[in-house]
Amino acid sequence: MDQVFVIVNRLSESFLLNCRLFALTLLFSLPLGLLISFGSMSRFYPLRWLMRTLVWVVRGSPLMLQLMIIFYGPGLLSLSYTWPAGDTGRFVAATVAFVINYACYFSEIFRGGIESIPRGQYEAGLVLGMTKSQIFFKVTLLQVIKRILPPVGNEVITLVKDTSLARIIANKEIIMMAGEYSSKGLIWPLFATGIYFLVFVGVLTIMLDWLEKKLGYFRT
Amino acid sequence: MAVLEVKNMGKSYGTLEVLQKIDFSLEKGESLAIIGSSGSGKTTLLRCLNFLEKPDKGSIMVNNEVIFDALDPTTQRESEVRKKRLHFGLVFQNFNLFPQYTVLKNVTLAAELLAKERSDYKQGKKAIMNEIEDRAKRLLAQVGLSDKLDNYPHMISGGQQQRVAIARALALEPDILCFDEPTSALDPELTGEVLKVIRNLADENTTMIIVTHEMDFARDVADRVIFMDEGVIVEQGSPQEVFDNPREERTKQFLYRYKKDKDHSL
Repeated sequence: MDQVFVIVNRLSESFLLNCRLFALTLLFSLPLGLLISFGSMSRFYPLRWLMRTLVWVVRGSPLMLQLMIIFYGPGLLSLSYTWPAGDTGRFVAATVAFVINYACYFSEIFRGGIESIPRGQYEAGLVLGMTKSQIFFKVTLLQVIKRILPPVGNEVITLVKDTSLARIIANKEIIMMAGEYSSKGLIWPLFATGIYFLVFVGVLTIMLDWLEKKLGYFRT
Repeated sequence: MAVLEVKNMGKSYGTLEVLQKIDFSLEKGESLAIIGSSGSGKTTLLRCLNFLEKPDKGSIMVNNEVIFDALDPTTQRESEVRKKRLHFGLVFQNFNLFPQYTVLKNVTLAAELLAKERSDYKQGKKAIMNEIEDRAKRLLAQVGLSDKLDNYPHMISGGQQQRVAIARALALEPDILCFDEPTSALDPELTGEVLKVIRNLADENTTMIIVTHEMDFARDVADRVIFMDEGVIVEQGSPQEVFDNPREERTKQFLYRYKKDKDHSL
């Protein structure tokens, strides 16, 4: 019984890494994704081309590979900058890779959402003397959020489970921890990790539903 | 004195000339109806006046001030366009209300944002906001929607939405109020209530330009009528002149077709 307690404790501790990676990725990739979506809709062709190429490369290659390139790349290329030693460096590198990866996915969702708002909304704002930024923040944004909530929710839920990929650069996340037990012949901790993910995603689903209801007061 | 003077305005998309040699003026308190078949350039004309499209030729004068001249780039500065737009109000064919705001907020929003640019905004914030809200309520009463202030656009009918849109445009007190086929997106039984509101505005001598397919309404309400075809003004004059004694062959054909369709539907 003592052993079970110790294992659950260690699993919980390692799941905190998954949670931290999840939270930091969302925090930075959502605004970065918005910037990339603006870039990919820019009338300035070079910028638009650059952003769309970035999105293609990032969405077109495995996140696992991106993690390795970002973590090992600077060292392999003998760049002057390398990641800090130890766990911190591994975690920061993973966060950077996740932020870039998810920002690209979010940017496409944002672009679709923004482009789906009828032009008439924008023109109505213009003829009422609003500035472009007033139109974006006061008229368009909430409508965009309402429309993109389901696909963004999908990405957010995928992100929870993707955090496990960070183990490829030796971040001690929950599945890696459980794997250490299973390699010693103890298999149940591996299955137990599933419960952590299920509970986390369950809570997220409730929050996303709540948000969707909250925005249900109007129709676009 | 002419509130609006449009001189030799032209607009083309590539080689397609959608507006050519548009010349007309509008007196204060006058209502002008623009008729013509689809694709004749009526809507583009309104969009040019509201700076949603940029004319390639000609000039626009409001209250004797040149607000646009195709030959003078200083009249086309992006920074000033926003203020110049406020000379005009525009009511769209499909309303374009803001769905996330209540009826009242739809009417007050733009005025509130503009008020924030006033130098006395900080001191008089409360009074200014109250004034804006009072005016909005008055306008909504005028279009018969006092009981819908807290409704969201999707909760009210198309006719009611269009009346909100009219109140919203009036809230900024434009010199000239433009209507772009205000009843074309409405079910037939809802057009009456919108036309009634526009008629009341005409009776109060609101300066208006109405692009419409409702010929009987145009004849009734307008002080002057312009008939457009293929991007040019074919004929303009009083409703009696244009509807009862058209001089141009194209006008006659258009009105004949319209009359035939109407008889047919009866």
